[in-house]
Amino acid sequence: MPEKRIVLKNCGVIDPKNIATYLAADGLKAWQKARQMAPEKVIEEVKAAGLRGRGGAGFPCGLKWELARKSPGDEKYVICNADEGEIGTFKDRYILENDPFTLIEGIAIAAYAVGAKQAFIYLRAEYHHLLDLLTSAVSQSHEQGLEVNIEIREGAGAYVCGEESALMESIEGGRGEARYKPPFPPNRGLWQKPTIINNVETLMNIPRIILNGAGWFSQTGTEKSKGTKVFSVSGDVARPGVYELILGSPLRELVIDLAGAEKVKMVQIGGATGRIVPYTMIDTPLSFETILGAGSIIVYDESRDTIDIVYRTLEFLAEESCGKCSPCREGTEAMAEILARFDRGEGREKDIKVLEELARAMSISALCGLGQAAPTPVTDSLQYFREDYAKRIKQGGKVRC
Amino acid sequence: MSKVATNPENLLARLKQAQDRLGYLPEECLAEVARSLNMPLSEVYGVATFYSFLSTRPLGRNVIRVCKSLPCYLKNSRMIVESIEDKLGIRPGGTTPDGRFSLALVNCIGACDIAPAMLINHDVHGDLTPRKISRILQSYE
Repeated sequence: MPEKRIVLKNCGVIDPKNIATYLAADGLKAWQKARQMAPEKVIEEVKAAGLRGRGGAGFPCGLKWELARKSPGDEKYVICNADEGEIGTFKDRYILENDPFTLIEGIAIAAYAVGAKQAFIYLRAEYHHLLDLLTSAVSQSHEQGLEVNIEIREGAGAYVCGEESALMESIEGGRGEARYKPPFPPNRGLWQKPTIINNVETLMNIPRIILNGAGWFSQTGTEKSKGTKVFSVSGDVARPGVYELILGSPLRELVIDLAGAEKVKMVQIGGATGRIVPYTMIDTPLSFETILGAGSIIVYDESRDTIDIVYRTLEFLAEESCGKCSPCREGTEAMAEILARFDRGEGREKDIKVLEELARAMSISALCGLGQAAPTPVTDSLQYFREDYAKRIKQGGKVRC
Repeated sequence: MSKVATNPENLLARLKQAQDRLGYLPEECLAEVARSLNMPLSEVYGVATFYSFLSTRPLGRNVIRVCKSLPCYLKNSRMIVESIEDKLGIRPGGTTPDGRFSLALVNCIGACDIAPAMLINHDVHGDLTPRKISRILQSYE
């Protein structure tokens, strides 16, 4: 039984426009319960649950909260990262469309736990169509007596703003460029104040954990990956959409059994900077210990061309690199240029070595996760589909395809 | 409410307001924002050109943003672009002479489950076919 609805429990059940339907489904009970607990106890519960960040990095959520709680200062912030820009990801859109109230309750509990009076939901510009619904949900929730003031801030179109420090730069009104770390947000984040920044899906888990207890939550999943994960499945599948599975479920169940893929060649897990795995790895469990990312699953069938896909992925990253650090700015450009050559059937033998060298340099020297992980599709495809590169090497002026 | 939360000196917020009012960000507008915030023009320009939803060039009344990212690409988004190009007589980056439409190719808009997809202004249109496109375009004045 791989499917289990913890995060998506209310989706399709409640009316996202009407908080009364949410309250009838135990809405705000976790928030009420949390306020009867000491903030430290709330954090303890989240830590004991083993909840890890759902935005891709998998940082332990309770630890992040604890660091912010312990940071000196009265002014602290909670940010909900709803800048879902990863290619192939739309799970947060689905959550916001169907159950904005659980998210808001999660934010209220987070604010109580770390001692923040102000919270922001950073909504990507492409999701402006959700703004009215979300604004109404926030105002209906405020009427229930939330202590935290929640403000929605809209992005203006920039993939890199999903990276937490770039996102904070954007809220502050500047170019969304990544910051040097440390300091980390729990010490110095938004306006240099202690800040926690959590993905939509991470915060969705909070009310469930508080209401049902850490023990209940940690029963599900694997040793280091507790709970469920919400996946966005697209590409060559019969049933694209959003699926919630227990962590540790095999890729096969998601891609083939649920989404109905056939003749799978490879799967890109985690979007542009995610992993590319061949069909032979279809039984890999999806977890933090193995492969996960933010839950983007793009399926490619046997009719697809590896080089074409990797080239387009790198072209995207080159376009979206913020440009602040040279390993990422120049590295993504150079990789895209080389891949374009292979795409035209004009690759050179030495190009493969150059790609591998660039990949190493970028992964150790780029400023943020974008540049560090940008070479992943290249290194994975070189590992699993090297013959596809070899076929595109120009030989004696004759183009082979 | 926290003071900083509604800070009118937020550069990005100012630029977004100006774009909503004027349709794009002309040079005079950037200069005016720079003066009033006491910032170098270069910094204002830097922000204005960083974000894909801000434009320093005039745009049509309706902006079509066709997704070119992989999930839409796999579902033949090129056919959608070609069909729009044919119907409107413009290429990506262009605006129709009557100022009714601008066309842009953009990265993932989070509608991969209904690929191929596009945004017109803030409306999402998915499961596109060339036939569907004619009908959709007609509904924008």
